[in-house]
Amino acid sequence: MRIPCPHCGERGSEEFSYLGAADPQRPAADAPIEAWHDYVYLRDNPVGVHRELWQHVYGCRRWLVVTRDTRSHAIAGAQDAMRLRLGDAAA
Amino acid sequence: MSHAGNVVTGPSGQTQRLASGGLIDRGTTLPFRFDEHDLAGLHGDTLASALLANGVRLVGRSFKYHRPRGIQSAGSEEPNALVELRDGAWREPNTPATMIELFAGLRATSQNRFPSLRFDLMAMNGLFAPLLKAGFYYKTFMWPASFWERFYEPLIRRAAGLGRASGVADPDLYERATLFCDVLVIGAGPAGLAAALAAGRRGARVVLCDEDFRPGGRLLAERAVVDHQPGVAWAAAAEAELAALTEVRILRRTTVFGAYDHGTYGALERVADHLARPGLPHPQPGLPPPGRPHPGDPQPGDPPPGRSQSGPPHSGPQEPRQRCWRIIARRAVLAAGATERPLLFAGNDRPGVMLAGAVRAYLNRFAVAPGREVVIATSGDEGWRTLADCLHHGLRVAAVVDRRTDVPAPLQALAAQAGARLFAGGRVTSARGAHGLHAVDVIDASGGTHRVGADLLAMAGGWNPALALSTHLGGKPVWDDTASAFVPGELPQGMLVAGAARARFGLADALADGAQAGANAAASCGFDGPAPVPPRADPDERAASALWLPRVAGKRSDDFDHDEQGNGLVDSQYAVSGKAFVDFQHDVTVDDVTIAHREGFRSVEHLKRYTTLGMATDQGRTANVTGLALMAALTGQNIEQTGTTRLRPPYTPVAIGALAGHDRGHDFRPTRLTPAHGWAAAQGAVFTEAGAWLRASHFARAGDADWQQAASREALAVRNAVGVCDVSTLGKIEMVGPDCGRLLDRLYINTFSSLPVGRARYGLMLREDGLVLDDGTVARLEPDRFIITTTTANAGPVLAHMEFCHQVLWPELDVHFVSVTDRWAQFSLAGPRARDVLAAALDPGCDLSNEAFPYMEAGTASMLGGVGVRLFRISFSGELAYEIAVPAASGEAAIRALIQAGEKFGILPYGTEALGCLRIEKGHPAGGELNGQTTAGDLGLARMMSKRKDFIGRALTQRPALLAPDRPSLVGLRPVDRTSRLRSGAHFIAPGAAATIANDQGWMSSVTYSPTLGHWIGLGFLAGGMARLGEPIRACDPLRAETVELTVVAPCHIDPEGARLRV
Repeated sequence: MRIPCPHCGERGSEEFSYLGAADPQRPAADAPIEAWHDYVYLRDNPVGVHRELWQHVYGCRRWLVVTRDTRSHAIAGAQDAMRLRLGDAAA
Repeated sequence: MSHAGNVVTGPSGQTQRLASGGLIDRGTTLPFRFDEHDLAGLHGDTLASALLANGVRLVGRSFKYHRPRGIQSAGSEEPNALVELRDGAWREPNTPATMIELFAGLRATSQNRFPSLRFDLMAMNGLFAPLLKAGFYYKTFMWPASFWERFYEPLIRRAAGLGRASGVADPDLYERATLFCDVLVIGAGPAGLAAALAAGRRGARVVLCDEDFRPGGRLLAERAVVDHQPGVAWAAAAEAELAALTEVRILRRTTVFGAYDHGTYGALERVADHLARPGLPHPQPGLPPPGRPHPGDPQPGDPPPGRSQSGPPHSGPQEPRQRCWRIIARRAVLAAGATERPLLFAGNDRPGVMLAGAVRAYLNRFAVAPGREVVIATSGDEGWRTLADCLHHGLRVAAVVDRRTDVPAPLQALAAQAGARLFAGGRVTSARGAHGLHAVDVIDASGGTHRVGADLLAMAGGWNPALALSTHLGGKPVWDDTASAFVPGELPQGMLVAGAARARFGLADALADGAQAGANAAASCGFDGPAPVPPRADPDERAASALWLPRVAGKRSDDFDHDEQGNGLVDSQYAVSGKAFVDFQHDVTVDDVTIAHREGFRSVEHLKRYTTLGMATDQGRTANVTGLALMAALTGQNIEQTGTTRLRPPYTPVAIGALAGHDRGHDFRPTRLTPAHGWAAAQGAVFTEAGAWLRASHFARAGDADWQQAASREALAVRNAVGVCDVSTLGKIEMVGPDCGRLLDRLYINTFSSLPVGRARYGLMLREDGLVLDDGTVARLEPDRFIITTTTANAGPVLAHMEFCHQVLWPELDVHFVSVTDRWAQFSLAGPRARDVLAAALDPGCDLSNEAFPYMEAGTASMLGGVGVRLFRISFSGELAYEIAVPAASGEAAIRALIQAGEKFGILPYGTEALGCLRIEKGHPAGGELNGQTTAGDLGLARMMSKRKDFIGRALTQRPALLAPDRPSLVGLRPVDRTSRLRSGAHFIAPGAAATIANDQGWMSSVTYSPTLGHWIGLGFLAGGMARLGEPIRACDPLRAETVELTVVAPCHIDPEGARLRV
């Protein structure tokens, strides 16, 4: 696979490490333990478009949110996770 | 045209070599050896063409039945002529003779025969054939069960099989490399050359790959005219034009073996397989004798080895045997051509039965007559081209057997002119001859039988597009009725198909199709230009040859009645009797397919697995379509409904060594060395692997009984005087920014925002699931600058974790951090005399008194006459200790200075064994305890967890199972009998209880011999933990059948109050 890193350009997937779904949000400190359980252990396994976290470990070391179709591996885009969280328009 | 008039008996014994023609160099004779025969071929030959030139027809024995086999094809699809190439460690089994470029001194051995190729005792497997039919694995040899392993399996493994692996490590060099291009053209036949020219002329960056050693594809094998010149000359001119284009690169001997996501292709370049010894220069006249430098050897001052963008690869001593390319292509043009289909009749595997297109290749390209008396069997116009070429080269054609009853009149006239008997509407029923064809049995249209003498039978069953690469990402081929073949269906992103690979079989069609595909591919990469003018060739009026099948399964069961109204492919007049092979390499016959059908294995996937059809090293390139067409006929479905099995990479076999490249053995991964490595090696250090690092495990001395004696000496030096240990491998991460403390508080279970400047603190990190991730120390160097250490093993994962926490969880924090592990050499100086040594080693003026620089202090100093160092008064050993961080470049000088300063105090360097001993004596957790399954509570560190803040892992530490009082937690252990040796990995069992899993109470995680205490001690996780101090327990080690009586003690075995730390 080729991943379009927003900082380094298109690179082979062997330069990246994969974490998993990008959308689960870390619960608030006082959230019930069930919320923590869901956050740590439960993940969807979608057929189709999937937003997921990859780190460009052998490049800029930035965490990216990559939108990938799990059926075809087609990648719709990759954004810097930090800038995305901060609402940076340039993410 | 007298028969055999053009065949001469040369002085070199090449009796089948034609007197003229061919793309061979008659001036260069290449001696080679096949089995015990010394033979000779010519430059430009393959092993197959050289064998045929020498009249060798019998080349190997088949997989199951040990049937004699010859050469069927002239390309990489060859299923029969598989040989072992080279000797010893270089021996490579199952190499198609058709793909081996002949070189002087080549040695090849026939395989799967005993004792010799001609007299093969195992050929009696043929007599047991009924036992080896489809599904025999599942049906025969099943009783009694115990016989399978002891008797049947070894027997079958000896009897059935292909070549032998060398059994020793692969001695060759391999390389991996990456290429980027606009347009990758796969195949340099007419379509591929036209595509590469069209794209290259527009300026696109083109890579053109072909598995052959000479570009041209079928142009080399046919007598064709392109642009008013011979096809061979046109191909050479096209290659020359391409080679002159700076953005075009031609890779000969390179097979594109796999298509992967996003335009990534795998290709194997056989850089040196055509040389006598891969990686060594080709023996050529004029080379200096061995011993003198070879002109290709690098000389001082030479630029580093490289290669030009285009042009042939160099083959020098530095070159690998093979190079595995990863090609990243914006567009790819698949122009891989097509593979001819065999026909089905009894004995279609005999030596002398050959694909009609291969016969033309041997005649036209290699100037070799594969036989003298030819019968041509064809299902369409295709075979007649072979007739013309046979006549052109002076071979006698005895008969043409054309399945069609309505053979066109011009062809009938051609047969008459050639003096060949024409059997219009006839079929070949059997090829006869034990070790080689000598007669062909034919049934004519009216049912009359004839026997025709012949030593070569050319079969033309139509062509299958070589579409494998179009299916690697899941695209399914579709059936094209007009072409009578499967053609590529849904294509991988960015792929175009051109020429015979999509059933444009005619030369003019293929050239035009290739040119258009090349232009389209270039245009979609932004290279526009005028419409390409395709090279001209005479239009090809030949109809595609139909896929022709015999009537299957006869009338043995009513179940088969529907085959006659099947799909029109089946010849209802003719059923096969005898062994007609579908998959030649795996010995799968027409009968096997009918058995699979009869027994219910009718889906193509079941057919494949039940009969092993298409599962050989050629992936059924000549077999699959015929096999599934048979199944279609049997089930009464059409061929499209029957479907195809999925083809997978690699298209042709790839050596594991080529995929590994340089990453093998010692070079499997990088080896990291500390700045003081060279010094340690000179001191007799014995190194051990710690992740990618090499660390000194101990410093051996003459007279040491074992490593333990060395480790004990080093540990005692630390306890009684002073020692120094290289701890540069610990991960070091430097952080700056106003929010450092805030981030650290969330990463660690304890609090760091309150850490004063100039102080250090031990910290523990959890994963979000509440289990321990890592531990280390954190020091505050300045208000907004911290340095943290990680364990050696977790340096990478902890950095990635911190980056995740900062970038994804808390991007609002104003903090930056970076790994500085390689920036600093770090040494632990430990022991009662550590202060004396350090004071002597540092530049003058540094106050190291306990008051000025107390325990857990962090600061800076200088040594070596002005080299700035960082000092930390932290201790893993439990003694007065300092860690000195020195800029890496000064690391070796620093260790020498420390040793020199410590000599009069009895300093010894110590390694990881002594380090482990000292920390176990102190009860500090390390790898055995931080194993990814333990919590802070398990380690006795629950009280470190701050209740006033959130941190990673906090919430899930509160899960009931992690808080259960009987959960195993850290204790120390001592043997009751002080002479007993302890073993890590032993399990704790209560006295008197049986050593069963049900009675398991925990495990021993670390053990050491304590030279200070004079006996073995251990750390372990015991149910109930510290509540059981003083209790007896047993350590059971069922692997070693040992049981040791223990007493439970506190984890800290020495100086529990920590007085030695603070002196």
